[in-house]
Amino acid sequence: MKLPRLIRSAYVIARRDFVATVMSKAFLFFLLGPLFPVIVGVGFGGIGASIDRNVERPVVAVIANPADYRAIDAARLRMEPLLEGGPGVVLSQVAPTADLAAQRAKLLAQRNPPVLGVLDGGLDSPHFTGAVRADGMTVRQLGFLIDQARRDRAAPPATGKPLEVVLTQSSSGSLASARSLTARAGQAVLFVLTILLAGMLLSQLIEEKSNKAIEVIAAAVPVESIFIGKLFAMLAMAWLGIIVWTLAGAAAIAFYVPGGLSALPTPAVGWSMFIGLGIVYFSMSYLLIGSLFLGIGAQASTVREVQTLSMPVTMAQMMIFALASLGVGHPDSASAIAGAAFPLSSPFAMFGRAAELPALMPHLIALVWQILWVALILRLAARLFRRSVLKSGPAFRWPWQKKAAVQ
Amino acid sequence: MATSNAVEAHDLVKDFGDTRAVDGVSLAVPTGSIYGILGPNGAGKTTCLRMLLGIIDPSSGTRRLLGHERPLDAAEQVGYLPEERGLYPGMTSIEGIAFMGALRGLPIREGRRRAVELLDGHGLGNWARKPIRNLSKGMAQTVQLLGTIVHKPKLIVLDEPFSGLDAINQGKLEELIRREAAGGATIIFSTHVIAHAERLCERVAIIAGAKVAFEGAVDEARGRLRPIVRLRTRATDGPWRAALPPTARLDNGDWTFELPSSGPEPLLKALIDGGAGIETLSIERPGLHDAFVAIAGEAAAREMATEIGQAA
Repeated sequence: MKLPRLIRSAYVIARRDFVATVMSKAFLFFLLGPLFPVIVGVGFGGIGASIDRNVERPVVAVIANPADYRAIDAARLRMEPLLEGGPGVVLSQVAPTADLAAQRAKLLAQRNPPVLGVLDGGLDSPHFTGAVRADGMTVRQLGFLIDQARRDRAAPPATGKPLEVVLTQSSSGSLASARSLTARAGQAVLFVLTILLAGMLLSQLIEEKSNKAIEVIAAAVPVESIFIGKLFAMLAMAWLGIIVWTLAGAAAIAFYVPGGLSALPTPAVGWSMFIGLGIVYFSMSYLLIGSLFLGIGAQASTVREVQTLSMPVTMAQMMIFALASLGVGHPDSASAIAGAAFPLSSPFAMFGRAAELPALMPHLIALVWQILWVALILRLAARLFRRSVLKSGPAFRWPWQKKAAVQ
Repeated sequence: MATSNAVEAHDLVKDFGDTRAVDGVSLAVPTGSIYGILGPNGAGKTTCLRMLLGIIDPSSGTRRLLGHERPLDAAEQVGYLPEERGLYPGMTSIEGIAFMGALRGLPIREGRRRAVELLDGHGLGNWARKPIRNLSKGMAQTVQLLGTIVHKPKLIVLDEPFSGLDAINQGKLEELIRREAAGGATIIFSTHVIAHAERLCERVAIIAGAKVAFEGAVDEARGRLRPIVRLRTRATDGPWRAALPPTARLDNGDWTFELPSSGPEPLLKALIDGGAGIETLSIERPGLHDAFVAIAGEAAAREMATEIGQAA
């Protein structure tokens, strides 16, 4: 079958660009670049983990008789699971000696393990000495533990049937909040990849403009073909990079995230569909944002202009991401639908939605919508290029400009 | 679709902002001919070619390229060497030529095969696998020219192909143009050097000040001028002077004037009968340069001459 000429021409452009990029020495750094932080991270992560193991939490030494200590420690065991944001105080029993003051001073000066403070006086006249804030967590927790231990000692144990628990796989409440985590994580990955990789499209036409090859190409193929070819060549290069990084980074991910991806709640559409949609939506976000960048960059005539443009363009990307993340957690809210409808944020928003809602039809609609916009942006960019660059751009000096340029 | 003209243009106009770069250009390039577009720099030659090729659209007017209203539809049968040569410097000569062929629909493998042949044929075989950035300017230009014809186009458009080439390479290029034309291709080239057009072209368009001052056969352009008579006589005055036209100029004893419309015989008779004493007499057919001066004006011709001077 003979491909339509537009696609065939685009393929010629794409092949040249892809080969020129991938066969260059710089591409090696491109591949290695994202691995540097991973390598460094693995190194530091290892050191960090070993440091963590060595540093123990400061201990509160409890000078008390065994009965009092047991009561306080029992209260601690019941309290600890209720604490959010970290474990509670660590208690260590010390048998009382004759000279309380000397024992207290000795414990406070102790280095191994270091002691945060000393609790003495048992349950009858508890007394805490230590370098903590009077209204801080440690003091409040100790107060609570002593009160609880006293109540347990005074009152008979609670009677009646214990709480009966029936465990289901999940409830809608738990799942919704957990899935928004997957949605955010998915969006973040998509965003980081797009911001890392799409920016390159800004400078894609500078080469042809500076070496004048654009004149040969524009005479032979439609400008749309040039844009499509360049866009897909860079997408292919991006995928090549992503595949290499994924393979190389798989070990690192396993190292960093205990349980790897399984640490995240299963997305609503299931993992395989979610990853499939991730591939599709990354491509779409790359094509959408990339076609826009290509169009903007094609208007620039120097590398300097492209460099100047790259900051505002990055900012614009941040705003797109912000728009897409508004809807996470409320996939049917107005802001989520706005994020999915606005073409540039649509892939991010829809990828988030895939984590939260199982319906697949909206994805099909969104994809058609996004493809339409890629075509539209490319068409407009090509028209703008033909109008403003091919006709009057400084890359082509018209005869009368030549005279002016001589000076 | 059979058409006797490979390229036709009707009343092409191109405005860039307030400047009218091309003002009502009409051309007809017969299939299989070598066609020259002559004019000083800034006359609008390049803009004309870019419009014909569809790189830019005219502000008004129409053009047909190999029977296609939209020039890009004919792109696979067209080869174009722009005035500003441009190749990817990192590509090898073979890849550069094959890429240019691929842009015009030639399969890349076939392009590479032909590239090797063409490069060998033009004495660049040793450079075939070297990056274009290592080539001299003249060699790179040859590589681009080979890339322009690698897909065997029916129409070859060359914008100022001789500029930047030394005399030997200019000769080789003329040969290549003749060879391609003999093979059936139509060739259009622009130049500001009249001699090239005079040697190669059957037809020319003379563009000056954004307009076509003349379009037609080279002989027709020359035919617009009367032959020039140069005469030296022993006698300085006599009744024979009446046979000379009033515009005749005397310069160091040499008379120069256009041959009167009555032809050479009455002139000769008058000179002999009047006892002028003819020392030398020549009747010359005017060259394209004379025709250019007559058509485009002294000013345009002087500009061309200065440019040639600068080029040399």
